[in-house]
Amino acid sequence: MLFGESGPLGGAAWTAPTVRSGWLQGLRSLAQHPGALRFLADCGAVDTIFSLQGDSSLFVASAAGQLLVHILALAMRGPAEGHPSPQGCDWPACAQKIVCHVEDSLRSTATLQVTQALNVLTTTFGHCHSPWTQGLWVRLSPLVACLLEKDPIPASHSLVDLLLSVARSPVGSSDCGLWETLAQTLSHLSPTQAGPLALGILKLQDCPQALKTQAFGVLLQPLACVLKAAAQAPGPPGFPEGATGDSITVDTFLSSKSACVGLLCQALAHLELLQLLPQRPSPWPQAPLLRAAVAILRFCHGSAAPTSDVGGHLCAVLAGCVRVQRAALDFLGTLSQGTGPQELVTQVFAVLLEYLTSPDSSPMVLKKAFQATLRWLLGSPKAPSCCDLDPHTQLFLGELLPVLRKRLCSPCWEARDSGLEFLTQVTRHWGGQAAFRHALLASEVPELTGQLLRDPESYVRASAVTATGQLSSWGLYATPTGPEHPEVQQESLFTELLHILSTDSEGFPRRAVMHVFTQWLKDGHADVAEDLEQFVARVLQAASQDLDWEVRAQGLELALVFLEQLLGQPGSRCPYAVALPEAAPPATLAQVLQALCRVQLFEFALRALFDCDRPVAQKSCDLLLFLKAKATPCGGPQEAGASPDVVSVEAALQRWQAGEQGQPLGELEPEAVMAVLRSMDLEGLRGMLAKSSDHMEKSPQSLLQDMLATVGVLGENEADCY
Amino acid sequence: MKLYCLSGHPTLPCNVLKFKSTTIMLDCGLDMTSTLNFLPLPLVQNPRLSNLPGWSLKDGNAFLDKELKECSGHVFVDSVPEFCLPETELIDLSTVDVILISNYHCMMALPYITEHTGFTGTVYATEPTVQIGRLLMEELVNFIERVPKAQSASLWKNKDTQRLLPSPLKDAVEVSTWRRCYTMQEVNSALSKIQLVGYSQKIELFGAVQVTPLSSGYALGSSNWIIQSHYEKVSYVSGSSLLTTHPQPMDQASLKNSDVLILTGLTQIPTANPDGMVGEFCSNLALTVRNGGNVLVPCYPSGVIYDLLECLYQYIDSAGLSSIPFYFISPVANSSLEFSQIFAEWLCHNKQTKVYLPEPPFPHAELIQTNKLKHYPSIHGDFSNDFRQPCVVFTGHPSLRFGDVVHFMELWGKSSLNTVIFTEPDFSYLEALAPYQPLAMKCIYCPIDTRLNFIQVSKLLKEVQPLHVVCPEQYTQPPPAQSHRVDLMIDCQPPAMSYRRAEVLALPFRRRYEKIEIMPELADSLVPMEIKPGISLATVSAVLHTKDNKHVLQPPPRPAQPTGGKKRKRPSDDIPDCKVLKPLLSGSIPVEQFVQTLEKHGFSDIKVEDTAKGHIVLLQEAETLIQIEEDSTHIICDNDEVLRVRLRDLVLKFLQKF
Repeated sequence: MLFGESGPLGGAAWTAPTVRSGWLQGLRSLAQHPGALRFLADCGAVDTIFSLQGDSSLFVASAAGQLLVHILALAMRGPAEGHPSPQGCDWPACAQKIVCHVEDSLRSTATLQVTQALNVLTTTFGHCHSPWTQGLWVRLSPLVACLLEKDPIPASHSLVDLLLSVARSPVGSSDCGLWETLAQTLSHLSPTQAGPLALGILKLQDCPQALKTQAFGVLLQPLACVLKAAAQAPGPPGFPEGATGDSITVDTFLSSKSACVGLLCQALAHLELLQLLPQRPSPWPQAPLLRAAVAILRFCHGSAAPTSDVGGHLCAVLAGCVRVQRAALDFLGTLSQGTGPQELVTQVFAVLLEYLTSPDSSPMVLKKAFQATLRWLLGSPKAPSCCDLDPHTQLFLGELLPVLRKRLCSPCWEARDSGLEFLTQVTRHWGGQAAFRHALLASEVPELTGQLLRDPESYVRASAVTATGQLSSWGLYATPTGPEHPEVQQESLFTELLHILSTDSEGFPRRAVMHVFTQWLKDGHADVAEDLEQFVARVLQAASQDLDWEVRAQGLELALVFLEQLLGQPGSRCPYAVALPEAAPPATLAQVLQALCRVQLFEFALRALFDCDRPVAQKSCDLLLFLKAKATPCGGPQEAGASPDVVSVEAALQRWQAGEQGQPLGELEPEAVMAVLRSMDLEGLRGMLAKSSDHMEKSPQSLLQDMLATVGVLGENEADCY
Repeated sequence: MKLYCLSGHPTLPCNVLKFKSTTIMLDCGLDMTSTLNFLPLPLVQNPRLSNLPGWSLKDGNAFLDKELKECSGHVFVDSVPEFCLPETELIDLSTVDVILISNYHCMMALPYITEHTGFTGTVYATEPTVQIGRLLMEELVNFIERVPKAQSASLWKNKDTQRLLPSPLKDAVEVSTWRRCYTMQEVNSALSKIQLVGYSQKIELFGAVQVTPLSSGYALGSSNWIIQSHYEKVSYVSGSSLLTTHPQPMDQASLKNSDVLILTGLTQIPTANPDGMVGEFCSNLALTVRNGGNVLVPCYPSGVIYDLLECLYQYIDSAGLSSIPFYFISPVANSSLEFSQIFAEWLCHNKQTKVYLPEPPFPHAELIQTNKLKHYPSIHGDFSNDFRQPCVVFTGHPSLRFGDVVHFMELWGKSSLNTVIFTEPDFSYLEALAPYQPLAMKCIYCPIDTRLNFIQVSKLLKEVQPLHVVCPEQYTQPPPAQSHRVDLMIDCQPPAMSYRRAEVLALPFRRRYEKIEIMPELADSLVPMEIKPGISLATVSAVLHTKDNKHVLQPPPRPAQPTGGKKRKRPSDDIPDCKVLKPLLSGSIPVEQFVQTLEKHGFSDIKVEDTAKGHIVLLQEAETLIQIEEDSTHIICDNDEVLRVRLRDLVLKFLQKF
């Protein structure tokens, strides 16, 4: 019924991709035991799977390929666990059939078939690490090698994937021929195709140094080309041998704009990934890479003045190219992890400033330029004599702040937003540096930031909230009195942010306010410390009425911080941790509970416990459990339900659970709260909440109910189902 | 077909196209950069400008000291400013049949042409072009006439004298042809010669040529022009934009299949992106005002100012500038703001739909209503009562040589709190500022030029695929200051033909076809014969009658009746006598088959020789030559008529007759 022409293949339902996909999934569940192989082979299912490899639906095609690998592995698992011969005379019939099919496909002239075969093999070597894969590679590698001799190389992407998959598998480490094949492939493929292979090779743990050098050369070639094209005169030594821009790379550059842009972006992305790896090539050519990144950015900006023909061409192709600008700025940012000669670092800052200043920088490019600048600024060395910023950085800051000021006035909201994000980050790291504080306060930036709290764009308001919060934490924020609102009385930033929290129509600024408040509470901000309880009470009151679940969840986060400050950290403290000097000993529990009642934390938390958004309820559950754990050992052995208060609280909770959230809880006594907490099954609730929202549908009980419902139509034979 | 290039300014073109029997002037731009050589005309008495020292030659000769003054290290002409006219000697301008105007910036020389050259033709332009063009001219005349200056300088223009002057006066071109501004009467008379047209309207010129304006997307009513006959098409692209600003979008599709595309009026600042510049403009404006400074924006009374006001409308609240007054000062400020609101059909789609709501298409109406934007004809009168600082002032002229802007430059130039922001790209801002130096106020250069850049041009050319492109020489090489930027020039195949001022260009295409009408009675008499599927031929004998560039084939006059003819012709023989005509032959002779046929008919010893034009078949025995060429076949035999006829018939077998 399930196989053959008379089965599903002939049915109308087979035309639906979901049916074919389901058929493959079913087969996969079926093929769990070697005994199933015989059945599959007999009914012709394997042939159907072969044909489904070329299915019009990509999901079906991919599932068919994976199923073949699964069947092959299953077939080889049984009798041939040892080292089967490459010829395959002792291989099980089913495996033999699949391998022969792969061989045929590899010999095919149709690229699609070759791709399918290569994909099957890639999955095989990626998932199966048994000794038989060794035999499989010995048998198939000559066919793979033949592919390399074709021009153009068919299915080069899949071929690269396969070679890397083999190299990563145990087969790779024992097969010397593989390194030669890889080297050969590297030199045969076009620069664009060779990039992913080169990166893959450089990621391998143990491969010959010569191959690594060759692969690194492939990645460096486009940048070497750029350096050569940008050179006014023979400059300082460039990249190591093997990476001098060869003629094929130059040809790719000159062939078309898209080829040139594609190759450069790929090379930059690959080198960026490589830079972060522990096994990156050593020595790392930091200086030439920096020079190349700067040169690319200058080409894109139109500020390079090359003398060579290739340079002129690059200039025309790259001018204003946003894709390359983004890739190069990302790359330049990553390079900030290393150092470079001062003269080069100066060039880096100059080109970054050029991008930050230029009115032509697109919003995305500007954002990347800010990010790269931040990384370079934070990576710059401190002056040796004192802990303040070094003179170069101070000089740069002097030029940067007017640019930032202008960006904060930009009519383009993305520019204002990236400017604020940058300001937040720099302040977070340098808020304590005298030179930075001095420069920032002398600029108009803090006032402008305050003004952006009223920006029409909600993202900008959110970023402005974060930025002012950060500035205020470092004492760098003074409430502005704009010339247009002289009548408005100066109010504290806290009041202003609280106003945003209770009135802003968009979620992002309100969330940002909650984050700032939580941070302030953690840091003991002056505005907060003035009247801690008042602060927490007002924030929780505003957050509890918010429609955005993230704001409510953040409110619980803030409540937890408050609790921790009153009761100490949750969980077991590391006994070897250096104890922080505490300002005051933890207050007695009764006092704490009184305080919690005063700020109405219980009402907020209990209400959140029945929140329709699961993360909020989970957080609240955790918070109450923490409180319960802290309070229980200290509390007296009181019986739940002893006081009449408890009854009314429980009644209110029940109504909340039923969805009537309007009802207030009223004044709470600490004892009543503790009694309620003790009586509630919070652990059980936590368990319930931890389950995913579809756990009901996926449970066996649900399946059983489905079956019963189906059977129920036929007759009352419930007992049979058990 | 010839193109006479009368202007050297690529964005202020003036060309004359001779096409078929018509003479068409394409645009009438006036190069006003010449005014930069003159001293500013102050609105109120200005001791600084009136007490400047006269300039004298190195040898101390001071004969020019009345005409030339030294100011801030530069030498300026102290006289009424003068403009550089289009070339008037290259072609007799009285022969110009029509003038096609593409936008209001390109018609400023019109009074000079229509009023002083004997021009008797018609000018075609769209309604907004005429109305706003009138405003620009009115403003210009007003600016110059309200500050009368008795002095007119001419000594310095003497060629021998000019050589001795310092740059840039020394290098100024065609100074002898520079003219003072026209009068309002001349403007009115010139504008009265304009006939209004609408987009896609077809205008017949003398039956020979049809001209059609198309939307060019650059300004209100701006147009490109199609000039076509039945078989030739010339497109004139001038000042076009693909950006979404206030005007109707550019019509590109209609430019397809042009034989020649004349391309002028590209962006003057190809490296500056208008969006970035608007951003720069807003940020600098906000920063200046925040610090209590004033902002001066020298501008034309129409065009980019509408877009700037729209940007500011959206921006001022977010930047906290809602209480800052914006002043627009121009003799035509009111008309310009009002006009912009009534040309709904010439606006972009978004703005058109607003009219149906009904709402004014431009938001500056709301700025005026809420008193955020105020406009005045000049600084005198109401303005001096309302004036409040800090403020933003939009006023002309962008050259900083006349208009109310001169007053503000003098008033605000000394304080570094103030900023002048240049948005118009027509004048070099450094040259414009030269007579005001030293200047404490900040200067920001944000040229906003929405016309096509080179990337857009290259896409446009790929799209419309003209056979030939003709453009000013400036577009065929990178800008002199950025010689490595090969992307900043027109790149097309075949390479664009370039022109410069006072050059005559023979346009590279031949007219090959002409449309001819056949009178119905003549058509009736034709007997077409199908020579291959889909192609029929017929011989025609007729009289070609040509009048008003229309060609008509009429039946030939009947031959005089033979006197006393005995045999009357049958009615069907009424058509021209065909008997006297030999049949027409067509086709080609395949040599190999021909030789085989000859052999079949008993000729032997045949030799074939290849020649440059065809073949020679040699019948050696018969001492005969058959010379076969592309368009002729000769049989050369020695007085053997029978043989010749036999051979002729064999040749004819391979040809079609009709």
